[in-house]
Amino acid sequence: MSLHGVVKRYGSIVAVNGLELDVPYGVCFGLLGPNGAGKSTTMRMLTAQTLADEGQISVLGYELPRESKQSRLEMGVVPQLDNLDVELTCRQILMVFARLYRVPRAERATAVERALAIANLGPRADTIVRDLSGGMRRRLLVGRGLIHQPRLVLLDEPTVGLDPQVRQELWSLIDGLRAQGVTVLMSTHYIEEAERLADTVAVMSDGRIIAQGTPADLVRRHAGEEVLEVYGAPDRLAQVSELASGSGWSSRRSGPAIAILHAETLDGQAPEGVRRPANLEDAFVALTGEDIE
Amino acid sequence: MSATSLSAGEREAAPRRIGRLEPAALAGVMSRDVAIFGRYWKATTFSSIVQPTIYLLAFGLGIEKLVPRIGGLTYVEYVATGVVATAVLFSSAFPGMFNTFIRWQFQRTYDAMLAAPVDVEELITAEVLWISLRAGVYGLAPLLVGLAFGLDPNVGMLLVPLIGFVTGFGFAGFGVTVAAVAKTIDNFNYVTSAVLTPMFLVAGTFFQVSTLPDGVRQVAQVNPLYHCVQLVRDASLGALGTADLAHAAVLLAFALLMWRLAINQLGRRLID
Repeated sequence: MSLHGVVKRYGSIVAVNGLELDVPYGVCFGLLGPNGAGKSTTMRMLTAQTLADEGQISVLGYELPRESKQSRLEMGVVPQLDNLDVELTCRQILMVFARLYRVPRAERATAVERALAIANLGPRADTIVRDLSGGMRRRLLVGRGLIHQPRLVLLDEPTVGLDPQVRQELWSLIDGLRAQGVTVLMSTHYIEEAERLADTVAVMSDGRIIAQGTPADLVRRHAGEEVLEVYGAPDRLAQVSELASGSGWSSRRSGPAIAILHAETLDGQAPEGVRRPANLEDAFVALTGEDIE
Repeated sequence: MSATSLSAGEREAAPRRIGRLEPAALAGVMSRDVAIFGRYWKATTFSSIVQPTIYLLAFGLGIEKLVPRIGGLTYVEYVATGVVATAVLFSSAFPGMFNTFIRWQFQRTYDAMLAAPVDVEELITAEVLWISLRAGVYGLAPLLVGLAFGLDPNVGMLLVPLIGFVTGFGFAGFGVTVAAVAKTIDNFNYVTSAVLTPMFLVAGTFFQVSTLPDGVRQVAQVNPLYHCVQLVRDASLGALGTADLAHAAVLLAFALLMWRLAINQLGRRLID
């Protein structure tokens, strides 16, 4: 999958601004970014449900939007927003999508059973979607996206708003896909999700990719080995913050503390605090900034 | 597919070509409609029988005393055939408007389908096709009720589902177009009161258009429902003539126009 110079504007708002992205076959690729960074717009462009104003997009060797229908045949999509038919049963929904994905008639029943097993919804196969819990519905969305055993799967914020138990379950499912050699592109704003699952992470901000690499690589480059967290009263924190910017250290607010990145490079002048290994969240905030729009 | 794009891509040998308006895509979208229909067919069938019965009872018992014959026909002959068009209108324009809006805006069903190998043209064509097939079948209900009220069977009645299908195709497309341009579902009230209600009254359903003032008569000529009423009446009473070719042509043109308009208008909003 590759995107080059992709631009998408909505009126005066530029949602995607010169996006460059290459996703090789067989990896789990995490698209990480704050809300409004352009992740969902990018995901929609990959199914040609949003058309780029500029740039080239190709998916599985097909040029979009011209050959997008062929590429959609070979990939599965799990949307961020629940778009299940509430009036139908799990089995009926999966059957409809088995047809839409051109699963041959003789294989449809098997495909539906397999998707029900993936979604762990076997006993609920004939339950109407309206009567399913939020977690079950999300699992059904995943099963629906995998009904035709695609070789590429797009997951748009797969675990947003889910209980930790359901999230763990989905994570092992995604990990299982990668193990089978399926290419996974996952957008998320949960850092832990990207850190655990993705082979490569691209950080998106204001409609473009600002950093890319393995999670460990990004942490090392943008947050260093260690982070020093200094706790204290607000005025103490303000002092530390001033000291950090005065000394040219990169730092960020971290809840009730100030976190100083690249702490392994600090010598004796470092203030008292707790040292911990740097993580992807440190790198993410260093990259995308602390301000919330 | 050009040779260069084949060699450039990493695709597997001889990928299956996917074209426009594929039967498999249409069948897939319609299989969903069929599954949903399985849930509410009883209610639909009930109202499609009860409504013309009420019309025939009310008008038959009330007006037949005053107007024994209308345009040379008994009132049962006149109303039972006229109400076919009403049945087709209601069972196509309303699903076209409401189902489309709900599936598109509230349930996001269309978003889900368009992420699969289905394009906008196939999605809308399948939806319109399903609605109009249903409208063609349910358009027969008033005739069946009419037969129970003493209407004579005629072999021309076999054409009625086809006429209902073509008319329903146009009105389903009209409904989808309305859904595409409506800002909220409440806006449908404007269309129902200002367009559909007058349309169904000035169509020769309950009284003859020829008794109306000149201006209104001109309006009836461009009302597809008027042409549907005429065609159904002529077919059901064994009175088909050359004028009916014109009626059929108007209905076909209307269906074609609304189909393309629906794809154009909703397509622009589904794909941004």
